[in-house]
Amino acid sequence: MTVFIIFTYLALVLIVGTVSHRFFRGTGEDYFVASRTIGPFVLLMSLFGTNMTAFAILGASGEAYHKGIGVFALMGSSSALIIPSIFFFVGTRLWAIGKRHGYLTQVQYIRERWNSDNLGLLLFVVLVALVVPYLLIGVMGGGQTLAVITDGQIPKWVGGLLVCAVVVIYVCFGGMRGTVWANTLQTLAFMTLGAVTFFTIVGKMGGLSNAIARVDRDLLMHADRIRPLELMTYIFIPVAVGMFPHIFMHWLTAKSARTFRYPIIFYPVCIAVVWIPSVLLGVLGSGDITGLEGAQANTILVQLISRYAPGILAGFLAAGVFAAIMSSLDSQTLAIGSMFTHDIVRHYGFHNQMSEKHQVLVGRLFVVGLLAVTYVLSLISNRSIFKLAVWSFTGFASLFPVLLAALFWKRSSKHGAFASIVSVVVLWTFFFLRGWQTPGYTIGDTGIMPVTVVFAASAIAMVIVSLLTKPPEVNTLRKFFAAPS
Amino acid sequence: MKNSRIRWILYLALIALYLLHKDFWFWRNPTLMFGLPVGLVYHIAFCVVVAVIMALLVKYAWPSQLEIEEDDSVD
Repeated sequence: MTVFIIFTYLALVLIVGTVSHRFFRGTGEDYFVASRTIGPFVLLMSLFGTNMTAFAILGASGEAYHKGIGVFALMGSSSALIIPSIFFFVGTRLWAIGKRHGYLTQVQYIRERWNSDNLGLLLFVVLVALVVPYLLIGVMGGGQTLAVITDGQIPKWVGGLLVCAVVVIYVCFGGMRGTVWANTLQTLAFMTLGAVTFFTIVGKMGGLSNAIARVDRDLLMHADRIRPLELMTYIFIPVAVGMFPHIFMHWLTAKSARTFRYPIIFYPVCIAVVWIPSVLLGVLGSGDITGLEGAQANTILVQLISRYAPGILAGFLAAGVFAAIMSSLDSQTLAIGSMFTHDIVRHYGFHNQMSEKHQVLVGRLFVVGLLAVTYVLSLISNRSIFKLAVWSFTGFASLFPVLLAALFWKRSSKHGAFASIVSVVVLWTFFFLRGWQTPGYTIGDTGIMPVTVVFAASAIAMVIVSLLTKPPEVNTLRKFFAAPS
Repeated sequence: MKNSRIRWILYLALIALYLLHKDFWFWRNPTLMFGLPVGLVYHIAFCVVVAVIMALLVKYAWPSQLEIEEDDSVD
């Protein structure tokens, strides 16, 4: 019955995604940004659903299993402050620029902002490289969920493959409209089913006070599991949202600047609604299911579902986890396909040798290839979903100074942007190689997250190199900063 | 002039929220409040306060020049 419900849910998502194809207007702008027609509620749901991944559902509960309630402060409430602030200060402005110049990807904007093809190409490569680990956590989460919920009857590789296949089909058919519709459905599904999961499991545990009484007291506070410097510097991690290619695409779908108002106001509340049950169930689960080491804790939520809510309910709850996973994978997949089609195939002149149909086909093949690589990696990776995501976010967040300079600093130069991106590549690789094998790695074991140093170096490189090199041309500045006539 | 002052107050409120996010005062406090750990209750309240500040930002500090541009592009 559990498997039947999961498959029914997947079929429903496929139907929603493919039905949206009937509204397709036959243009690239419609396929990639839904002709910029999305209203406030759907924008909120699609932005939120896109950001809530296996990281927020499985990763957060797994991390809370080890670190306690402090995980909500590390990523939940810090995201509640940072992400809507980025929507307010950056998202609205990028939406306006995107609409004025007809942009569909970040690379298009950065390339024209500094008149540099090479800069655009470098950014493309770095963004794609950083998206892979982010895709990976979704594919891994799908595999783990299905394997645990069916007691291993369906192996991990089937779950991961299923998630990839469903997402590819409805993204290819429905484009951005299919993605936002499916995301809205999935966001409502995982928010509702998350609440049902929480109350069902806690009820079966004998109520909140009984469940909390069984938990190690250290997990009910930060104590020694989270260090002050870690909490202070972790706030840079959600800054990554500003550089996610899929969030940029979702911003562009907004009907008007005013459309951003609801997402800005209600995002913090949505964060609380999803993260509190995830973190609490991770903490409460530690009192019931002991001995999960490292990445094994990613499965704590699904194990609780299996133990306390088997059968039909387990099917619905697992569908909720799938909803969270796929609502992110779809946008990431579409964004990567869009970037490849616009920033490589069309920009570098292959469009002269290919029909429109072939260009789209090549874009889709690139997406399938990238997902295939991700899928293979998911079969051999045994990393914590939370930590995998944090490394990916570190890279995205550290690129944010490039976007800030593009938007707010006229004097910033293309050489400054190059220096900034190169500094991120070098330092991210350096810290990754040092910290990859060390659980809970921080710089010099002080609690300072690597993202702080990489972000600071990126910002400093942008400022110093820009001041030492030629400023952008007046015409370029007029294009992006002059008041409209 | 008044709106400009409110705008800056709200920007300062965002910085204050960043500082208030670091709840050193509950670091080693496992007390329960409303059945939940007090440190968690604090951060839930924090999310609500952020939502209120965001609503005020939208009302008093909205980048209205973007809407002017939008209207121009429609014309």
